[in-house]
Amino acid sequence: MLVPKNNASFMRTKILIKIAESFFADRFANADRIPLELRPKEMNPSRCCIYKDRAVLKYRCMAGMGACPEEETDELKTLKSYGEDALSREELPKSKLSVIDIACSACIKAQYMVSNACRGCFAQPCRLNCPKEAITMINGRAHIDPEKCVNCGRCHDVCPYHSIIKVPVPCEEACPVGAITKDEFGKEHIDTEKCISCGKCLASCPFGAIVERSQMVDVLKQLHETENKVVAMLAPAVIGQFPGNPKNLVAALKKAGFDEVIEVAVGADITTQKEAAEFIERQEKGAKLMTTSCCPAYYRAAKVHIPEIQPFVSDTHTPMYYTAELVKKDTPNCKTVFIGPCLAKRVEAEYDPNVDYVLTFEEVGAMFVAAQINVEESGEEEFSKISCAQGRQFPISGGVAGAVQALVGNKADYRPEKIDGLSKENIKLLKRYATKGCENNMLEVMCCEGGCVSGPGCVALPAKATRAVQNYVATGEQLTPETKVGEK
Amino acid sequence: MEKVKIKICSGTSCFVMGAAAIQALEFTPPEDIADKIEIVEVRCMNLCHNVNDKHNHGPFVYVNDELIEEATLEKVINKVRSILNSCNA
Ligand code: FES
Repeated sequence: MLVPKNNASFMRTKILIKIAESFFADRFANADRIPLELRPKEMNPSRCCIYKDRAVLKYRCMAGMGACPEEETDELKTLKSYGEDALSREELPKSKLSVIDIACSACIKAQYMVSNACRGCFAQPCRLNCPKEAITMINGRAHIDPEKCVNCGRCHDVCPYHSIIKVPVPCEEACPVGAITKDEFGKEHIDTEKCISCGKCLASCPFGAIVERSQMVDVLKQLHETENKVVAMLAPAVIGQFPGNPKNLVAALKKAGFDEVIEVAVGADITTQKEAAEFIERQEKGAKLMTTSCCPAYYRAAKVHIPEIQPFVSDTHTPMYYTAELVKKDTPNCKTVFIGPCLAKRVEAEYDPNVDYVLTFEEVGAMFVAAQINVEESGEEEFSKISCAQGRQFPISGGVAGAVQALVGNKADYRPEKIDGLSKENIKLLKRYATKGCENNMLEVMCCEGGCVSGPGCVALPAKATRAVQNYVATGEQLTPETKVGEK
Repeated sequence: MEKVKIKICSGTSCFVMGAAAIQALEFTPPEDIADKIEIVEVRCMNLCHNVNDKHNHGPFVYVNDELIEEATLEKVINKVRSILNSCNA
């Protein structure tokens, strides 16, 4: 399910803006004021009191500076000194989603409850359908015995009055792989072994208790404190993420300090060519199925949670991989920054020596706001390489399968199917397809529903971004197997 | 009756700070106001860096002539409803 933007996500953006401003103003000398500025005394607290609000904000700021709240050793350590750590570190901290303990409200365990809409009816389908005999009638109303209830939800489905409600734990419900669970105190924890870094829990938590480590300060440092040449690699989902046209954005990024800007859609063109060739080859060898591999959250899910599907996952590398390879070939000593909608890309980048940093659109947006860069009024500049229509359509569900189809043409029997969103159900479906077979032979798997345009690092409305991407696709040239990608 | 005019600032600052989400009004407006509003996106109105108190109160949205600071979808919809109600009264 798509979680619309809300107070918790807007606050995250504000925090990032404040951190970037603090970097520009005095390199974090006054960073400890940020929680106070975001929660001034006059304001009504959103938790029990402004002091708790500020304490939570401090943790969220830490994450915004790249520290991990879970690894805090000294509660008195200031944001100023976390900022200094960020400025002095050479190595990036390992990417990780984590829970801010004091912000987690320890939601009650997921459960079914009988609301007062219950009429105590004669039919009593809830009681009769309960496989555990957990329901009894007390004072003319159904009652669920929590000791016996196994949360199957059958009573909820059969009640003619819809009187039985499900009270979920949002993060647990959002996590498709069961990586987030309660500890003995009812607080949530993320199991890093199981986590696929999709960011669904982060988007779903109504308390803003889940954070991940930002690399924004590390990039700001590269841009403003080193002589390094820094190259921005913009994910195909970037179209529509900022006001103005793509050329305005290139100019704005240069204003922000980047030396060169390249579209990852160029790398996506290469992925398309190779994946189409791989599909044809696998078919010739009699393979019954192939799945895409460009979504890093799915890629990891396949490895850790759906081993059955592993042999069918394409060996072709991702658009980010090919783009970074091109850039480092042209300019070996530059620093590359992938800018996209995705948190799982941070993990992918840890395994890719050609990708130095990963930022989200939101983080880049925060950098623009802090530097007072207005994209639309930044002039126009060109991307350093031009992509084709196929690479441009990767960020929308169906786009990758469609791009590969264009290149497979009639060289093989190509029957695509979209797995739009890596939900618990779709994971089961993938397992079934891998073991029991599937009518179609090409599965496009995208972890985010609707595609990368609805990724957790996006700024724009998915519906609007989708339209912008479609328009951009329409202006691209057609890719062929012979196109020499990256040569113009 | 004249439509309620909603001016959403789509300058970079407002857009990033949340105006992007308010654009949902163009796609899925609540039924009761859907045919009573007119939406325009405007460029930076210079409210974002005109502030002296060093707080940026964006995103900014105008509903008719009224400025909404730190606008959210909810605030804008409520404003529209209250304008419509006072017209009907
Ligand atoms: S961006 Fe909205 S007022 Fe400047």
